[in-house]
Amino acid sequence: MAIFSLAWKSLINRRFTALLTVLSIALSVTLLVGVERLRTEARASFANTLSGTDLIVGARSGPVQLLLYSVFRIGDATNNFSWQSYRDIAAMPKVAWTVPISLGDSHRGFRVLGTTPGYFEHYRYARDRQLVIAEGQPFADLYDAVLGAEVAEKLGYRIGDPIVVAHGASDVSFARHDDKPFKVIGILARTGTPVDRTVHVSLEAIEAIHVDWQSGAPIRGLSISAEQARAMDLTPKAITAALVGLKSKIATFHVQRAVNDYAEEPLSAILPGVALSQLWDLIGIAENALLIVSVFVVVVGLIGMLTALLMSLNERRREMAILRSVGARPGHVFALIMGEAGVLTLLGALFGVGLLYLLLLVGQPIVESRFGLFIEIGVLSAHEWKLLATVVGAGFLVGVIPSYRAYRLSLADGLSVRV
Amino acid sequence: MRPLIIDVKDLEFRWQPGAPTVLSIDAFQVSAGECLFIKGPSGSGKSTLLSLLSGVTTAVAGSVRVMDQALEGLGSVQRDHFRADHIGYIFQMFNLIPYLSVVENVMLPCQFSTRRRANALRRGDGLEAEARRLLHHLDMDHADLHRRAVTTLSVGQQQRVAAARALMGAPELLIADEPTSSLDADRRESFIRLLFDECRGAGTTLIFVSHDASLEPLFDRSIDLAEINRAARVAEAA
Repeated sequence: MAIFSLAWKSLINRRFTALLTVLSIALSVTLLVGVERLRTEARASFANTLSGTDLIVGARSGPVQLLLYSVFRIGDATNNFSWQSYRDIAAMPKVAWTVPISLGDSHRGFRVLGTTPGYFEHYRYARDRQLVIAEGQPFADLYDAVLGAEVAEKLGYRIGDPIVVAHGASDVSFARHDDKPFKVIGILARTGTPVDRTVHVSLEAIEAIHVDWQSGAPIRGLSISAEQARAMDLTPKAITAALVGLKSKIATFHVQRAVNDYAEEPLSAILPGVALSQLWDLIGIAENALLIVSVFVVVVGLIGMLTALLMSLNERRREMAILRSVGARPGHVFALIMGEAGVLTLLGALFGVGLLYLLLLVGQPIVESRFGLFIEIGVLSAHEWKLLATVVGAGFLVGVIPSYRAYRLSLADGLSVRV
Repeated sequence: MRPLIIDVKDLEFRWQPGAPTVLSIDAFQVSAGECLFIKGPSGSGKSTLLSLLSGVTTAVAGSVRVMDQALEGLGSVQRDHFRADHIGYIFQMFNLIPYLSVVENVMLPCQFSTRRRANALRRGDGLEAEARRLLHHLDMDHADLHRRAVTTLSVGQQQRVAAARALMGAPELLIADEPTSSLDADRRESFIRLLFDECRGAGTTLIFVSHDASLEPLFDRSIDLAEINRAARVAEAA
């Protein structure tokens, strides 16, 4: 124990370099654990881009493709499926609720999604959080639109502004539904999900703007006004996808199989959580790169400590000889340097974690409002403890190098210092 | 006749097998309680002899007995323990650990030897009191000095702190390796007299090595290392 009090006093004596070493280790630990925390949270948040929905149903395709167009509004559906099929699925005994989704139109680069009010009720993201209407209200009238936060912000829309929907994903003038303009009735709070970049209208409205269209173009000579359309039967003939909630999660695979085996039409049902993690595995390479970089930063921090300790050894040979003369064994000298490495690493890890929590406290609201990523400030996870233990273990391991050198030097020098 | 504290017989030492012999002493004895002056010009094998007496290195041939203990019969850890328990050591200069206070420096041997710790506790009321007592005896009793960083002390003050440390816990043997060579002439004698007083008071044997022959008359006995070391004579003749 005495030797550790010596190590401590020796570090206090060289507090400037010791502090720099602690700081470099602390920053590297903050980065490493921070990146790991961000990674976990981002992954969890991504996996929860859509939560609460047990199955997504679409025309037959691969899970990732279906996920991409139905949730992320990336790409287009290969096929729609019929309203009758949708009704059949909704009528399945184990199905609690269904929300139809109709895609295909856009507004100035943002996708337009036709759905029912149930969408706002059942759509959940980031661990069961519900969509919140920040301004206005959900659509009531046929030509009402509810905007995602980013749409409203980028295009500067307010409640009551008129918007015109374009046919297809591109925004060319001849393919606009300008005869049936919409009115902004509500703006959603930011979610950090693709919902922010979506214009929501009712399913009937999608039908209404297409009553006088065929094969992607207006029918020549036929023009039905917005008011005339109101009187027509606006039940859709087909939809793009459906979100399905089940009465019990145990039935998930049963219902999935029933949808996949649906005889009338080729359909696919996917589990959003599984498809999301498949997709994350595709795009998760970047996060691995980030982790590798932060591991290297820790290595650099520890090498900094190694350099500082090794550099100090030569000027401390006199000190070692004095210690030997009062009865210290070379083993004590080893323990002294080891103790210093240990104190530096432990303090570094401690300050690093402290700094991380400080950053989390300050950064959490910013990250949440800017990126919709909610980072939980909980206690360190088992995995993070493991990371810290690895860093501290590596610190001790690195400490063996100067300690062993000091041991050899003090063995060779004895009570004399041959410099 | 007082018992022998050091008994060296047929000692041979070389740094490596095949290297020239640096120390070759037929017989060298010191009685307990003696204050011995060893005249050792540089190159006479002085540091080697002190390394052997303090158990840092061991003889290649022959025997070094300190307090009836043959040092070559002990392992290196045991020799370190032996030194911690029985030997105080003063260097020529830079004796103090820079990051410890004056008092902490003096108490240092008690951290490595339970025996000297027990001795020191038996003499005073606690380690710190004993350290202060020794400093006081060595004319280092300004309260202010104990708080000052050791690096701000003068060389003479540093050597006296080193002496207090070497005497802490009453070791049987005190080895001083040119402790006065960095002091000016009038301070040398006063330092040596303080050292004598303390050694005699504690019954400690003093081995004082210096190349400065003018100090010789102060001691009980004097030995010229160059004369007893046959290896040095051979080297000179060659």
